[in-house]
Amino acid sequence: MRQSILSKTDSPLIACEHVSCTYGNSPVLHDVYLNINRREFVGIVGPSGSGKTTLLKAIIGSQPVAHGSITVQPELTIGYVPQIETVDWYFPVTVEEVIVMTRSKTKWWPRITIQERTAVREVLEKLGIADVAHRHIRELSGGQQQRVFLARAMFCQPDILVLDEPTAGVDVRTRHEILHLLADLHAEGLTILLTTHDLNGLAAHLPRLVCFNKTVLADGSPREVLTSKVLEATYGAPMEVLEHGGMPIVIDHGRVAMRGEGK
Amino acid sequence: MILALDIFEPYGFQFFRNGLVVATIAGALCGLLGVFVILRGMSYIGHGLSHAVFGGAAASAVMKVNYFLGAGIWGIVSGLLIARVARRRVIGADAAIGVVTTASFALGLALMNRYGQASKSIEAVLFGSVLGVKVVDIYAVASVALLGLAVVVLGYRKLLFSTFDRDVAQVSNVRVSLVEAVLLAMISLTILVTMRVIGTLLISALLVIPAASARMTTNSFSRMLWISPIIGAVTCFVGMNLSYHLDTSASATIILLDAFVFVIVYAIAGTRNRAKMASLGHL
Repeated sequence: MRQSILSKTDSPLIACEHVSCTYGNSPVLHDVYLNINRREFVGIVGPSGSGKTTLLKAIIGSQPVAHGSITVQPELTIGYVPQIETVDWYFPVTVEEVIVMTRSKTKWWPRITIQERTAVREVLEKLGIADVAHRHIRELSGGQQQRVFLARAMFCQPDILVLDEPTAGVDVRTRHEILHLLADLHAEGLTILLTTHDLNGLAAHLPRLVCFNKTVLADGSPREVLTSKVLEATYGAPMEVLEHGGMPIVIDHGRVAMRGEGK
Repeated sequence: MILALDIFEPYGFQFFRNGLVVATIAGALCGLLGVFVILRGMSYIGHGLSHAVFGGAAASAVMKVNYFLGAGIWGIVSGLLIARVARRRVIGADAAIGVVTTASFALGLALMNRYGQASKSIEAVLFGSVLGVKVVDIYAVASVALLGLAVVVLGYRKLLFSTFDRDVAQVSNVRVSLVEAVLLAMISLTILVTMRVIGTLLISALLVIPAASARMTTNSFSRMLWISPIIGAVTCFVGMNLSYHLDTSASATIILLDAFVFVIVYAIAGTRNRAKMASLGHL
């Protein structure tokens, strides 16, 4: 069930209560309680297969909820950025077409208007990729690909950005760029919700973290939730947490063993 | 002179002129819808649906119901069934389509064996019959073509969005299921109005080959929507003429011509890509 409630400025943008989702007969999400408030920057961390993507899809409304409810503020515009691995990069579209297709209400002839062209250029400039508008999507670097889909999400002027693994499969430099870009957008007042499995590179830098494995195991600042106890509960493997320059650093002792177990 | 006369000889026959018009429009229509068929990985659905409609055609012939009505209802039901079953991921969409459409095809075959002039009609259904084209067929194909064009133009961005990125389109208030239903309905309608003339086999081919050729010539979706119908229409037009002079089946000739175009484009696109790769090597 996904419903809208009357607007209250202090009520959360998104409220998940007692949410469960199933895939076939096996539960993917179980009894999830999670609130996302305006102007927050929240990261959901957990191992692969922990249901992070399913939770995002339930929030954006593309995954049916078996039990419980997800309450979304009325008129809330969500900008969703999917995992770039799920995108069909061979699809015949240019960057401009990708961004403009989100405005599906057109006059009878579906031409890209001058206003739309300007708006696309503005959003691409903001994200630092103004020169790629007319390129085919396959002719982009990993960082540019991520930015294009970020641009698409930004194009409809969302209240909240929802990103699924924004740093999966990108190099260290691109990861830094994306993190800074998101921090800037957050500083401008945008609410951001993302998933990541990258504890040190991304999660530790966020103001609020949710440790997740089918349900919420811990919720708070990185300092509060990045502890060996919570991480072991989340990842099912022993982990050590050190501190470096005031930031928690997670050492993953179980990595070799986890790989051996396979998926 | 003799050669020139020869080229125009078939135009003296009403049935040929009618068949040519229907085939050419059908080529353009299938080319247009084919773009969505190949980009959505629906080629097996197109193939399956055309076989499924055959069952409806046979049933309506046996029950002496109007062809468009009988085969139409049958086609829509099969289309909805495929869409429904394909959503169940446990079975696998391709297997689901295989079940629905081969069963429908077999039913049609059995009905014809039992009650109809089996061999003749079956050949007509599989390969089409240019001789059988009536004026009503021309009107039917032309109206579906206009409808198809209207759907693609008016729904352009919704179609593109839901084809490229289903999940995000859904979140962005595009009614993805409706878009998919409309597309399937258009494909079913196309099959319905063209099957008597160009046959099940040619429809399957026309829904895939021109669009696949068009895809290799461009990286732009909108350009593909132009190129594919043109390839479809031209190959149907030329193929119909060739088939008269070579005394070959119209369907077979058109399919071979489309395949030939595909091979040429494939070869040229391959060379161009290699050249591009080579030039990149210098950077």
